[in-house]
Amino acid sequence: MTSTPMPAPTPGTPVAPAGQAPADSGLQAGNLIQPGTRTGETMIAIDNVSKWYGEFQVLTNCTTSVAKGEVVVVCGPSGSGKSTLIKTVNALEPFQKGQITVAGTKVLDKSTNLPKLRSRVGMVFQHFELFPHLSITDNLTIAQRKVLGRGAEDARKRGLDLLARVGLSAHAHKFPGQLSGGQQQRVAIARALAMNPVVMLFDEPTSALDPEMVGEVLDVMVELAKEGMTMMVVTHEMGFARKVADRVIFMDRGEIVEDAHKDDFFGKPRSERAQTFLSKILQH
Amino acid sequence: MLANFDFSVITSNLPYLFFDGMRFTLGLTAMAAGMGIVLGTLIAMARLSGVPGLKHVAKVYVELMRSLPLVLVIFWFYFLVPYIGAYVTGSPNPIQVGAFPSALITFTLFEAAYFSEIMRAGIQSIPKGQTAAASALGMNYWQSMVNVVLPQAFRNMLPLLLTQTIVLFQDTSLVYVLSLTDFLGAASKVAQRDGRLVEMYLFAAVVYFAVCFTASFLVRRLQARVAIIR
Ligand SMILES: Nc1ncnc2c1ncn2[C@@H]1O[C@H](COP(=O)(O)OP(=O)(O)OP(=O)(O)O)[C@@H](O)[C@H]1O
Ligand SMILES: [Mg+2]
Repeated sequence: MTSTPMPAPTPGTPVAPAGQAPADSGLQAGNLIQPGTRTGETMIAIDNVSKWYGEFQVLTNCTTSVAKGEVVVVCGPSGSGKSTLIKTVNALEPFQKGQITVAGTKVLDKSTNLPKLRSRVGMVFQHFELFPHLSITDNLTIAQRKVLGRGAEDARKRGLDLLARVGLSAHAHKFPGQLSGGQQQRVAIARALAMNPVVMLFDEPTSALDPEMVGEVLDVMVELAKEGMTMMVVTHEMGFARKVADRVIFMDRGEIVEDAHKDDFFGKPRSERAQTFLSKILQH
Repeated sequence: MLANFDFSVITSNLPYLFFDGMRFTLGLTAMAAGMGIVLGTLIAMARLSGVPGLKHVAKVYVELMRSLPLVLVIFWFYFLVPYIGAYVTGSPNPIQVGAFPSALITFTLFEAAYFSEIMRAGIQSIPKGQTAAASALGMNYWQSMVNVVLPQAFRNMLPLLLTQTIVLFQDTSLVYVLSLTDFLGAASKVAQRDGRLVEMYLFAAVVYFAVCFTASFLVRRLQARVAIIR
């Protein structure tokens, strides 16, 4: 899969592409997530990206793209560069070569307002990263208020709506330390969704969880995928990939070795490295 | 020897000792601590900023303040600032600053160096993932600092900040060099006027001990609680 060339963005243009519903249109119940239809419109275009840590090359000519409404799973052995790649998408990790375009905005461009771009790209971390000094409600509202400038009442309402969606309404007044890992990760997903993201990035969202909590987080993600959210997910949960992924990307030593439709990938990966990896991971 | 003690010199001067002396001491301590923590936090942020010039200026400032005795800084500041003020404003005569503002500014600047070291450790103790999460939500540097990093750093470092404030509380007695009357100054005035040095200095020592001991005890309890929350 190769990236389609994107039109050059005008400086300071919002991340939401033309024709996208305005940011707050999702406030009514039942329409919490911006509906995505698979129109073939490219949301993330990763074009020939390379990154070095000093001498060490972490990413080598990575090229792929994610269409609107598509769910792409990224897998590969430890240290293969999955986290690095997904973090280049919202420029948490800078890169030296290539270009990434998110909903029409170039990530590696001096005129790009990075905080603005990031505010529309939801990210979920392995270790949740809720803010421990803030209540769950404040975790859900702080960025809405400080970054998007929403009023306290609007932010609260949207935060609590999303908290209800991940099934945690009863915990609104608690602090992160009082919740289980699975609950914290669901709050983290709600916190990202509260910003009305156009895409969601997940970096091993279930790998820090006790096994009995993996399911509750995956359920939320499956539902999100079914609603049409554009998602890029680093995970080794192949059940999740089978269920909702459109494509699977396999990385090894900083390269995208395989980028295939889900059925092709699970049917028979072309590369030997992917075959070995799959057989290992499917043994459990 | 105790038979010669005249404790009435203490009781009859209590209002002066506390409402004049102690109020001054506590006021100066609170103001200098508050301003020193704010300034110290800014210095800590400058040192961690990675901006070459800013980083080095902050480092030199902290090292300098920590290498000088406080009395010397108080003196220098009191005598130099009127001339610096005159130079800056282009006035032909030294700008009179006054003993109290001079003392307050000196203590603030001096303590800021120590507070900055505490806040620097506090900021560095916040996991990278927290700032990454703040950035991913679209927060810029200041938003992430103000909403995510500093509240946690401050909470974690509160026991150390308070311990440093107890040191400041004792150090404020140095204002005698500027002829200001703090608690110790008030005690010494009474002592010399009534010729009751032993009683008054003993009493002053007991009061300083009681205040600092109680405060340290409370800080230790707070520390235990912070450790549990974390
Ligand atoms: N700050 C850094 N400095 C130097 N090398 C780094 C740094 N961060 C990551 N690396 C290296 O880059 C490579 C890719 O790391 P990355 O975290 O992207 O891998 P990953 O595929 O996410 O692995 P895992 O499954 O363990 O999370 C690894 O070899 C890692 O050691
Ligand atoms: Mg990783």
